[in-house]
Amino acid sequence: MTAAPSDQPLLEARDLVKHFPITRGIIIQRQVGAIRAVDGVSFEVRRGETLGIVGESGCGKSTTARLVTRLLDTTSGEVHFDGREVTRLKGRELKALRREMQIIFQDPYSSLNPRKTVGSIVAEPLVIHGLHRDDGGRRRRVQELMEIVGLNPEHYNRYAHEFSGGQRQRIGVARALALEPRLIIADEPVSALDVSIQAQILNLLRELQRELDLTLVFIAHDLSVIRQMCNRVLVMYLGKVVELAPNASLYGFPRHPYTGALLSAVPVADPRGRRERQLLTGDVPSPANPPPACRFHTRCPKVEDICRREEPPLEPKGNDTRAACHFPLTREEADLRLPAGLASKRRPAPSR
Amino acid sequence: MSSQPPPLLEIEDLRVEFATDDGIVHAVDGVSYQVERGQTLGIVGESGSGKSVGAGTILGLTRASNASISGRILFEGRDLVAMPAHELRRVRGSEISMIFQDPLSSLHPFYRVGHQLVEAIRVHRDVTKAAARERVVELLGLVGIPDPKRRIDDYPHELSGGMRQRAMIAMALANEPKLLVADEPTTALDVTVQAQILGLMERLQRELGMAIILITHDLGVVAEMADDIAVMYAGRIVEVGPTLALFDAPQHPYTWGLLKSIPSLEHDPGDELIPIPGRPPSLIHRPTGCHFHPRCAYAQPAHARTDPSLAPVAGQPAHRVACLLDERARRAAWAALEAGEAPAASAALSTAEDGPG
Amino acid sequence: MGRYIIRRLLWALVLLVLVIALTFAIFYLLPSADPAQLRAGRNATAQNIADIRHNLGLDKPVYVQFWDYLKAVVLHFDLGYSYQSDASVKSLILDRLPATVSLAAGAIVIWMLVGIPVGVISAVRRRSLLDRAAMTVALIGVSVPVFWLGLVLLYLFAADIGKFPLLPGANTYVPLTSDPVKWLTSLIMPWFVLAASSAAVYARLLRGSLIETMQEDYIRTARAKGLLERTVVMRHGLRSALTPLVTVMGLDIGVLLGGALLTETVFNVPGIGRLNYEAIVHSDYPIIQGTVLVAAIFIILANIAVDIVYAFLDPRVRYS
Repeated sequence: MTAAPSDQPLLEARDLVKHFPITRGIIIQRQVGAIRAVDGVSFEVRRGETLGIVGESGCGKSTTARLVTRLLDTTSGEVHFDGREVTRLKGRELKALRREMQIIFQDPYSSLNPRKTVGSIVAEPLVIHGLHRDDGGRRRRVQELMEIVGLNPEHYNRYAHEFSGGQRQRIGVARALALEPRLIIADEPVSALDVSIQAQILNLLRELQRELDLTLVFIAHDLSVIRQMCNRVLVMYLGKVVELAPNASLYGFPRHPYTGALLSAVPVADPRGRRERQLLTGDVPSPANPPPACRFHTRCPKVEDICRREEPPLEPKGNDTRAACHFPLTREEADLRLPAGLASKRRPAPSR
Repeated sequence: MSSQPPPLLEIEDLRVEFATDDGIVHAVDGVSYQVERGQTLGIVGESGSGKSVGAGTILGLTRASNASISGRILFEGRDLVAMPAHELRRVRGSEISMIFQDPLSSLHPFYRVGHQLVEAIRVHRDVTKAAARERVVELLGLVGIPDPKRRIDDYPHELSGGMRQRAMIAMALANEPKLLVADEPTTALDVTVQAQILGLMERLQRELGMAIILITHDLGVVAEMADDIAVMYAGRIVEVGPTLALFDAPQHPYTWGLLKSIPSLEHDPGDELIPIPGRPPSLIHRPTGCHFHPRCAYAQPAHARTDPSLAPVAGQPAHRVACLLDERARRAAWAALEAGEAPAASAALSTAEDGPG
Repeated sequence: MGRYIIRRLLWALVLLVLVIALTFAIFYLLPSADPAQLRAGRNATAQNIADIRHNLGLDKPVYVQFWDYLKAVVLHFDLGYSYQSDASVKSLILDRLPATVSLAAGAIVIWMLVGIPVGVISAVRRRSLLDRAAMTVALIGVSVPVFWLGLVLLYLFAADIGKFPLLPGANTYVPLTSDPVKWLTSLIMPWFVLAASSAAVYARLLRGSLIETMQEDYIRTARAKGLLERTVVMRHGLRSALTPLVTVMGLDIGVLLGGALLTETVFNVPGIGRLNYEAIVHSDYPIIQGTVLVAAIFIILANIAVDIVYAFLDPRVRYS
């Protein structure tokens, strides 16, 4: 392994682009357009941190995860993992890279083969990468992993379909941990689970990160889950990064109007904190035909002419926050959008 | 009390069971609640808590050859459980309407949205197609679908998720129902669209005065929408009360579990979540005694034997809980949880659920 | 929509050329069947055979032969001449087509009229006595060999050999144009024989498809609207449940128009299947080749028809 200075980010994505072609044609298919799923995304993941990626369906967050893990090929852009450019890796080098990055998927029902035993599912990466070649050693390692994720090691020979959703997600976590990766990408790991089970998995991931010194990229549509899990948060909208900020800044003083809208839309389990929501109008436009310039301008309450003409760069707006907006939210506007519990930390809650 | 008009909907000891190859599924197990005119009742629970089955039973949608339904569902004094199918049909979609979780699969893929709404009007009202169509345009406008004259001829797949749910709401409102049953109406939607739909439901309730039963797994949604909340677990209501009372002083350990295990923007992110250990029980082989006792951090051995029933919290007749802990113990336990102390039994935070099912 | 149909049609054309190439390959290039030798007869000299080969163009390179063959088929539908009768294969097939079409059309009408109602009733009254009885009969219908059923019917009802001589027996087919009543009566038994297994298949298929459809969320919505259960089943359920049947039916029609060999043989109906049978018995390769090609064409055409009908039935297909 190349020894890189530890202040260098573990993962760095530069101008990541993924366009899925839309083809049309009678016999010969020609490209007539593209779904611009990810369209110029740059970010870094620092060693040992949890970076959250949040956004609504179609914002490109899952595609981004698949690009950095090389489950999808990039259209353009670079991904540096521990100093190496990895988007063009092939064969043995790619395989080695996969050992260091693992992904946990959303749906524990479809991402595990129900006809395989837990043991063989968790052992699979070990087999593929030729680790623990002797059966006894491999079995011990698998049972150790099962123990780590809170599964009963005696259930080694049970089939995946015998387990409930929460347990299956634990199996998925054990499989991801098997190769001792340095980076784990969790793509909506709890959204398919029952509410009473979600906390079990979230706590498990937090504990594992602390104990195993993992770097985590946590993808979710739920801002509350992201806040619970992450150090820094990347907000995406229609294939673009609109805001990138440390947790406290993002939830204390969101600058991009879209971030504000997301925060305002989250229902809060506090009937006394009911507030006038700052509703967005309309739907998310199609990524096949995104609005020009600032992609949020069609729904933005602060839109001005320049937003329709010039794309705002992602630039520092104070508080370590970077946002891509010509007219970022002011303190007052942000407070209007924050739930009472968050806003009142800075100023008295407006009387109702 | 006799001068008070009866509630719009009064459910008494409702039981719904399904005979399956694996045994009898006790989906709803002795549920009673009331809904007043113009009010919103939130029903909270996980999958398998019986919340959706119970709601579907109001409209008779769970009637089937393998289902056995008992108890009473009094809607303006008429018992919907005993009502013959041909009479119940006249109530469906006219006096009581329902919307569902997934608006795409809930609309027929082969028929235009307008056609499906016209059908909903004409089944209950003797109006011409043209008149019904005019009304549909009006309804689509009412629920905030832009350019309804054009959208009326769209197929469901041509609309966005939010627009589809708006169309479903328009269909439900077509005959000005007195009660709208909304079964997870925003679960399949993005958060900004969810906020739009919830706002729309609030506005329509204000304008049309209908009552709403809002079924969801999301405490945030009911906190914002409901006047009263019922928490369901394993086919039963374990706690019910006015929204403020329920959030100010929740009484049931399961309610606490829900409140403390879900990340919320109100939580301090430094706090560990306190998960509910284990997983929801099978509805065929239910735990003995209090159904929640295997997952309850405060359970005593006796709780495996005694089955609690709903009883009012002292001084709060409207707030009722089915818990065997005495009131003082409950108050102390909730205070400890609020102070950030995890209950002893769930200290092993990542304890997995019991063996495979 | 238009684009979709054009694409389907063009693909069908490509497929047709491939089918023609395949039949050409099978019958012209396989060593077992040297057409010149077959045509020359038993006592031919080498010179005879060489002459025939030259006349038939068999001494030209393969690609030239294929090109000639393709041209003949596409431009004139010229499929060559029968060894047996010296008539053109084209005229033989066209002669036999009306009988096959009559047989197929009647059978399809019967099996739809039986299969759809039985399927619907079985699905709606699932697990009832009626359902079980219908599905048992259907199982028998699928399992019984066509020729056996045909012979039993002849034995029971044929005017000449039957125990209850109610209907004309085998070999009594009359074209519709010459005597509609006789045409009808002569075809009743073949129709039923041909329809029996398909009716059973369709009933079972529709039952399964409708049971599945009735679990859909939009059926729940239809009920929640307060529609009559009959409307829910017929307008919302059946509409979706019938679409998989369209696929099967398209293929079946295509196959049937290629000739119902067994039924036509048992009842001696002079259709394409019967022609094919006679050709096989006499090793009359041009006819076999012609009938195979015609059958393939019908199947391809039926497939296009299915695709187009599908687009009309399901708006989502049109969209993509």
